[in-house]
Amino acid sequence: MSATALETKPRKVFVYRHTVLVRIAHWINVVCIAFLLMSGMQIFNARPDLYWGQKSDFEHPILSMRARSTDQGPVGETTIFGHAFNTTGVLGLSTVDGQLAARGFPAWATVPSYQDLATGRRWHFFFAWIFVITGLVYLISSLINRHVWRDLLPSREQLRHIGPTIWHHMKLKFPHERDYNVLQKGTYLIMIFVVLPLVVLAGLAMSPGVDAGFPWLIDLFGGRQTARTIHFICATLIVLFIVVHVLLVLVSGVWNNLRSMITGRYRIDEEAAHGQ
Amino acid sequence: MGNNLNRRRFLSGFATVAGGLALSGCKKLDEISAQDADFRKVLSSAENLTRTTQRFFLSPSSLAKEFTEADISPKFRANGSTNPDDPGYQAMAANGFADWKLKVGGLVDTPMEFSLADLRAMPSRTQITRHDCVEGWSCIGKWKGVQLAKVLELVKLKPEAKYLVFTCADELEKTLDNSGRYYESHGLEDAFHPQTILAYDMNDQTLPIAHGAPLRLRVERMLGYKMPKYVMQIDAVTSYASHGAGNGGFWEDRGYEWYGGI
Repeated sequence: MSATALETKPRKVFVYRHTVLVRIAHWINVVCIAFLLMSGMQIFNARPDLYWGQKSDFEHPILSMRARSTDQGPVGETTIFGHAFNTTGVLGLSTVDGQLAARGFPAWATVPSYQDLATGRRWHFFFAWIFVITGLVYLISSLINRHVWRDLLPSREQLRHIGPTIWHHMKLKFPHERDYNVLQKGTYLIMIFVVLPLVVLAGLAMSPGVDAGFPWLIDLFGGRQTARTIHFICATLIVLFIVVHVLLVLVSGVWNNLRSMITGRYRIDEEAAHGQ
Repeated sequence: MGNNLNRRRFLSGFATVAGGLALSGCKKLDEISAQDADFRKVLSSAENLTRTTQRFFLSPSSLAKEFTEADISPKFRANGSTNPDDPGYQAMAANGFADWKLKVGGLVDTPMEFSLADLRAMPSRTQITRHDCVEGWSCIGKWKGVQLAKVLELVKLKPEAKYLVFTCADELEKTLDNSGRYYESHGLEDAFHPQTILAYDMNDQTLPIAHGAPLRLRVERMLGYKMPKYVMQIDAVTSYASHGAGNGGFWEDRGYEWYGGI
């Protein structure tokens, strides 16, 4: 075969990118995190304020989503460190079945849609258990089978070329290679080893039972209200991660990405195949 | 142009379908999480796992953190009932609870009644602890009272007693059949825990009505709804199923976990 033939009809080169454990854990997480976020917002709505420290300083929440009546009618207000933003319709005040209602997050974002803390907690703790067990299985096996070193820790070479990688991302140009690029690796490492463990630990620190059994945990955070706020911040970071993650999946070859997370097989660029 | 129109049609069609799916999805989620839905039982199975795990890690004597005077909340929020309108309660309150008596009975060897003076004459415990509401807020307060264990030693539980049911003076939900009256229940691990007290003082003052005068239970390793205010009666029972709607407490009957440690 001549080189021209190769150029006109590129050979498809597939690599086995995701182990079955990674794929299963990924899709379990999709379901768990969706329900944890929706039920988490339901729970937040029971007291749509955040505080810092051991106890609640009711007059000075660091964040709150409240409805307030004005001469022009009720408004939804989100206050962050004393700065108020009008968030009518989404945060603080939104429509439920055609009626304006004072609620932190809107009905379409919470499970159940109506205000019900008890049911929100049932959803939350059920999926929290599945999420934690999945996470532990993933973490332990990734340390044993060296997934962390093989796939997640960036190589020196990758770190040296972080500049061009950032430039590629800005141009929305994504070379398809077997390995994650350095920005992916960094993001995944932060999620897997910082944000997700932190969201779980901060959640546990809110439990008075856990606090009695493991007093160091709440001391680590510096108080239950701080833990609640950090739990919220971590959840926000998770949402941010999901938005960027899904956008990048869409623009960097949606079918290739989806296939690789279902069957494990990922099509790589030929230059990359030659490079190997 | 035709292409554009097609695309617009496709997009609006897609949006309608996606929106419809999302809406019916929300409806479906509401339905399957309703109190009487089968899926609710699946969700609620997590409670047993939480209880078993926490009980495994918590020794009976592991204590909730105790704070200093400087940590006490200047304003301690009062939730639920803040002034029971029961005429009997109001009459007792008007009289400074001089006629109030705590009845302790059920599966005990010696049913007894305790006046406030009786309880105050018993050895006391004082603790500055964090109160965690299921809603998410916390306040720190100082509580003084008699350890529940001391009361239970006097009445002597029968061997078949497994739970204590606390009946309160307040009706948190107005109903015709008395099903809105506040009550709670605890297992014996928590009943005999050293920090479990029947508190009559709060922040060095007589317990105010908003916080449950004359007597409020403190169970420091649990959420606020497990610490009933306005306690009138304690019954030792084998099962709490015959009380209220059978789930062990006012809020439990409304969907909350019986195990209140999380």
